[in-house]
Amino acid sequence: MIDVNRRGEVWVFAEQHGGLLEDTPIELMSKGRHLADILGVGLGAVLLGDNVKALATKLIHYGADKVYLAEHPLLERYQANSYAKVFYDLIHKYKPQIVVYGATAVGRDLGPRIASATKAGLTADCTDLQIGDHKTTDGQMHKNLLFQIRPAFGGNIIATIINYDRWPQMATVREGVMVMATPDTKRKGQIITEKVQLSPQELPIEILEEHTRAKKVDLKAARIIVAGGAGLGSKDNFRLIWDLANCLGGAPAATRAAIDLGFIDHDHQVGQTGTTVRPSLYIAVGISGAIQHQSGMSQSQKIVAINNDPQAPIFDVAHYKIVGDLNEVVPRMIKAIKEKGFKETSSAESK
Amino acid sequence: MAYNCVVLVKQVPDTKRITGKAMNDDGTVNRAALPAIFNPEDLNALEAALDIKDRFGGTVTVITMGLPAAVTTLKDALYRGADEAILVTDARCAASDTLATSYILSCAVKRIKYDIVLCGRQAIDGDTAQVGPQLAEKLGIPQITYVEKPVEIEGRTITAQRNIGNGWQKVKAQLPVLLTVTGEANVPRVAAAKKMMKYKAAMTPAGVEQKIKAENSHASADEIKELAVQKCSEMDKKGLLIEQWNLDFLKADLTWCGRNGSPTKVHRIQSVVLASKETKSVEPTDEGLSGMIHELLEDKIIA
Repeated sequence: MIDVNRRGEVWVFAEQHGGLLEDTPIELMSKGRHLADILGVGLGAVLLGDNVKALATKLIHYGADKVYLAEHPLLERYQANSYAKVFYDLIHKYKPQIVVYGATAVGRDLGPRIASATKAGLTADCTDLQIGDHKTTDGQMHKNLLFQIRPAFGGNIIATIINYDRWPQMATVREGVMVMATPDTKRKGQIITEKVQLSPQELPIEILEEHTRAKKVDLKAARIIVAGGAGLGSKDNFRLIWDLANCLGGAPAATRAAIDLGFIDHDHQVGQTGTTVRPSLYIAVGISGAIQHQSGMSQSQKIVAINNDPQAPIFDVAHYKIVGDLNEVVPRMIKAIKEKGFKETSSAESK
Repeated sequence: MAYNCVVLVKQVPDTKRITGKAMNDDGTVNRAALPAIFNPEDLNALEAALDIKDRFGGTVTVITMGLPAAVTTLKDALYRGADEAILVTDARCAASDTLATSYILSCAVKRIKYDIVLCGRQAIDGDTAQVGPQLAEKLGIPQITYVEKPVEIEGRTITAQRNIGNGWQKVKAQLPVLLTVTGEANVPRVAAAKKMMKYKAAMTPAGVEQKIKAENSHASADEIKELAVQKCSEMDKKGLLIEQWNLDFLKADLTWCGRNGSPTKVHRIQSVVLASKETKSVEPTDEGLSGMIHELLEDKIIA
């Protein structure tokens, strides 16, 4: 751990794969910028990899004051041990007050390893970060702490976690919950090149094979989302979701329950264990509205809910409440949309 | 070649069955209103260990840290095929965050000869997925997280397939390693009737003492102690004694345990009350729906 260091910077882990930055660190840069400005300190991005210097400029455009660049052939591919070692050394050298990671597969693998080595705290899967004061039960006041806000207990409670003595204050942040800023190509910053010493023993894992694929749908970018729940009843009937999405030029999505029933691929999942979305329009069809689902979509600008149960919790967050049989309502809605002159798009295709 | 597996399990409240009654008015959780279950992905970790034992031989030891009531989770593990169960329980473990928990568990695991440590990917009460990697760091061994298929082992080399979010990765490492196992990795076996018969009576020493106290209400404290020691040794011979370890036994440094050892503290807990919005009811008729679409167009929500 490091001591409380009020002049310490705010750091973001700039996760990259094959020389491409992930979305999450870019989302985190805008939040990090905001936190750093409140605290009156600099924003640092920590960039690990091999031949990744080109990304440093991009991180500066997104708000970094400094980019800590650690390049080494052994850092080409992510591994918990090697990345944690290099990151640990940087934390102890520069003593940042806050370090945030995306709650990606890598962030959730790396963050705890660093937290354990530094004996510092780490709050998982935050959905918001703020700066605030905390008074302990014995009356001690701790000013300007990082409020690490996350759902807990299956989304039934929201916990605000703090860490006032053993710093840095660290958190992983869920993908898609922070809004990406527009890059400012005129922004200037400093690139600090770090010397890296690593031996092959620090890479105990051998990666034999790797298969990645692009997501079948980019829900985060969709302006209109039509989501179906278990209420659709069957994969055949889920066709209604595709049809409605197609006629609005929207993306089809689903609840965990509908995905578990095999109605649609996991890439389409909205909710706590899926994607967090905030489209202009979210149409929830046959979705009861479990808290886990609501937490992933309640920030949508307008929500339309169709359900035959007038008491369904989804109506609590809906702007338009339609009580009725979805098998009748959806076709009627498609008809109403077509009458307004909408042309069917082929952006979403059923398989 | 046989392998010794240690599986870390957790008894958790069934957060999927939370009703209004499970939340107190102040937003805290009314644990009493929730059924306690075997954390789902810990069952997958246990199954992965039992599968290794079936294929290569060896032992499966299950450890949990929790209240004495967590003994039911350990018994469940014995019913499914674990060889040994250990309860780490101590009032001074209370309020441990993931860092303190991983420290205490590392003290327990270090007392056992192991080749592979297995954890569920995450527990459903916290969903942090942190204890596995933190424990691996404390043990000084590599971690393979998000294992989604049965593993292959040859000599001291393990090969595993892990989920990396947008795909998968096959990795190789030398034992010892720590694995975190996902729900997709396998289908956990159910309890075996024979083992249930055998382990139904399994208890911790504290449980034995309590039972003897209840059965011999007139006996003195010394007599109860003596009877308990006798009974425990009998049960141990039959393999029915569930070991119970406290922080003294683990020689744990209290600086790193419980509230003291936890850098993260709770500032505030709020019940989730989603902002009430103005909800318009729309008739499910052609006119009603057409009116709504018109409004959405007017508001430039759709274009």
